[in-house]
Amino acid sequence: MSNREKWIAFVTILVREIRRFMRIWQQTLLPPAITITLYFVIFGTLIGPRIGTMEGFSYIEFVAPGLIMMAVITNAYGNVVSSFYGAKFGKSIEELLVSPVPNYIILIGFIMGGVARGLAVGLIVTLLSLFFTKLHVQHLLITVSVVFLTAVLFSLAGFVNAVFARSFDDISIIPTFVLTPLTYLGGVFYSITMLPTFWQGVSHANPILYMINAFRYGMLGISDINLAWAFTMIGGFIVVLFAFCLHLLENSKGLRN
Amino acid sequence: MTVPALSIKNLNKKYGNGFEALKGIDLDVEQGDFFALLGPNGAGKSTTIGIICSLVTKTEGQVEVFGYNIDTHFPEAKKHIGIVPQEFNFNQFEKSFDILVTQAGYYGLPRVVAEQRAEKYLRLLDLWDKRSQPSRMLSGGMKRRLMIARALVHEPKLLILDEPTAGVDIELRRSMWQFLRDINAQGTTIILTTHYLEEAESLCRNVAIIDQGRIVRNTSIKSLLKMLDREVFIFDTRNPITALPDLGGVTGHLLDDHTFEVEVEKNQSLNGVFAALSQQAIEIVSMRNKANRLEEMFVSLTNPAAGASPGARSGKPEGHP
Repeated sequence: MSNREKWIAFVTILVREIRRFMRIWQQTLLPPAITITLYFVIFGTLIGPRIGTMEGFSYIEFVAPGLIMMAVITNAYGNVVSSFYGAKFGKSIEELLVSPVPNYIILIGFIMGGVARGLAVGLIVTLLSLFFTKLHVQHLLITVSVVFLTAVLFSLAGFVNAVFARSFDDISIIPTFVLTPLTYLGGVFYSITMLPTFWQGVSHANPILYMINAFRYGMLGISDINLAWAFTMIGGFIVVLFAFCLHLLENSKGLRN
Repeated sequence: MTVPALSIKNLNKKYGNGFEALKGIDLDVEQGDFFALLGPNGAGKSTTIGIICSLVTKTEGQVEVFGYNIDTHFPEAKKHIGIVPQEFNFNQFEKSFDILVTQAGYYGLPRVVAEQRAEKYLRLLDLWDKRSQPSRMLSGGMKRRLMIARALVHEPKLLILDEPTAGVDIELRRSMWQFLRDINAQGTTIILTTHYLEEAESLCRNVAIIDQGRIVRNTSIKSLLKMLDREVFIFDTRNPITALPDLGGVTGHLLDDHTFEVEVEKNQSLNGVFAALSQQAIEIVSMRNKANRLEEMFVSLTNPAAGASPGARSGKPEGHP
C-alpha cells in the first residue's frame, strides 16, 4: 500500500472508532460525566472543606487533576478493550485482517480511537469541574503531553486485554481488579507524602502514580515524584507495550486459527 | 501465458492439537474461471480459503494470487481478493452503507470513491433502500447480499465465496446466481464452495473435490459428469401400468402405477428403451434424472463405499481440460 492508502486506512479505522463511541454516547460519554460530577460534589463540595488544604491548594483543586486523569485512563482503556474484543467476538475484525492494511496501522488506528475517547471524556470532565472549582494550568505543554501519552499507554493496555480475552467477563476483570485499585492508590485523592515511608515506597511501584502526579504538576505545579522520571516511565511503558501489541497482532494471538 | 488467478503448491495445515486439515494441496485456478471447491464437512475447504485470505496461518506451502505471493507480497495479493465468508462477520450495529464505505477505506480508497462504490454495489444487490438501516435489521438473504457487496467494493479480480447461498430461498438463490454469472462474464475470477451441488453444476466450469485434506479430483464439470458409469431416469406414463414393462434389455424398477425408473449404463442408449415402450403402446409423458448427477459423482469420490461408480475414483488430480 502507498503511504496515502495507509493514511486513508488509518483515518477509516479512527473514524469508525469515534463513530462507535459517539453512537453509544449514553454508555461511553454520559456515565463518566455523572460519576465525576458526583466525586466533585461529595469529595469537593461536601467533604473537601472539612479536609482543609492539601499542599497549599483546596482539596477540590488538589483532586481535580487526579479525577480528570482517572476518567481519561478508564475511558481510553475501556474503549479499546470493548471495541477490539467486540470486533473479535462478532468476527468483524476479519474485515481488517483480510484487507491489505499493515498491522501497525491497525494497532495505531485502535489506539487513537481509545485516545480520542479518553480525551473527549477528559474534556467533558474538565468542563464539568469548572462548575465546582477554578482550574489552574501552570505548564500547558506538560499537561497536554501527559494526558495524551497516558491515554496512549492505557489504550495499548486495553488492546492487550482484548487480544487475550476469551469472554466478556475477561474484559471487565482487569479494569475492576487492577486498574481501579491502582488508580485509587495512585494519588488521585491524596498526596503520597501522607503515607508511612514503607507505603510511599510501595506506591512508587504503581505506574499510575507517575501519570497523575505529572498531570497534577502540569496543572498545579506540585508533584510527589520527579517529572523526568515520570515521562521516562510513561514513554518506556508505551514502547514496550506497542512492541508487545504488534507482536500479538503479527503472531495472530487469538485472531487467526 | 497468463499467471493463474490462484496458484497453490504443497499447502499443508496442521493444527496445534495435531489434526492435519490439509495434506499437500496443489491447485491452479485460471483467470476468468468460475471454479467450484467441493467437499464434505471438515474436508479442508474453509481452511484452504482461510489461508488464501490470511485468516488461517499455513504450516507449509506456497500461495500466489495473480502472481503475488501471500507471504512476501501480501498487500498486493490481498488487494486482488474479495471474500464472502460462511458466517456473517460484519458489525451488526453499523449501517449497510457505512460497512461498505469503511471496507473500501481499508483498501485505501478515498472517501468520495468509497461512497460511489458503496452506492453502486448496494444498488446492484438491491440493498440501496436499506442503506441507512443497521445491518442487524436486515433479513438473512439481505445479509448474504451485503457480504457480497462488501467483498466487491474494492473491485477485486478474484472473488471467493464460502457457501454464499446457504439458507437462502430458491428465488433469491437464482438471482444471486445470475449476479455471479454477470460479474464472472465481466472478468472476475470466482471460486465457490457450496453444498448445493446443483449450484456448482449450474455455475462452474471447473471443479476440485477435496476430501480429508487432499484433492481427490481436479477437472472440468463436464469431464467429471462424463465419468459417471450410469444414469437413472424416471419415466411417467400417461396410462396406468401394473408391471414393469419390457425395457429392451435395460434394468428398471416399477415405482407406482404411473412411474418407473430406468438405469442406463454408459455403453447403453435410451433408443432401445423407447422402441420397446412404443411396441408395448406405453405412452411416456415426461422423463427426468432421478438424482443430481454431480451429487452422485461427489458421493462416489468422497465415500466410495456409498458411491455407485468405484471406477470414477482416482488418487491423482487431473489437469484442466
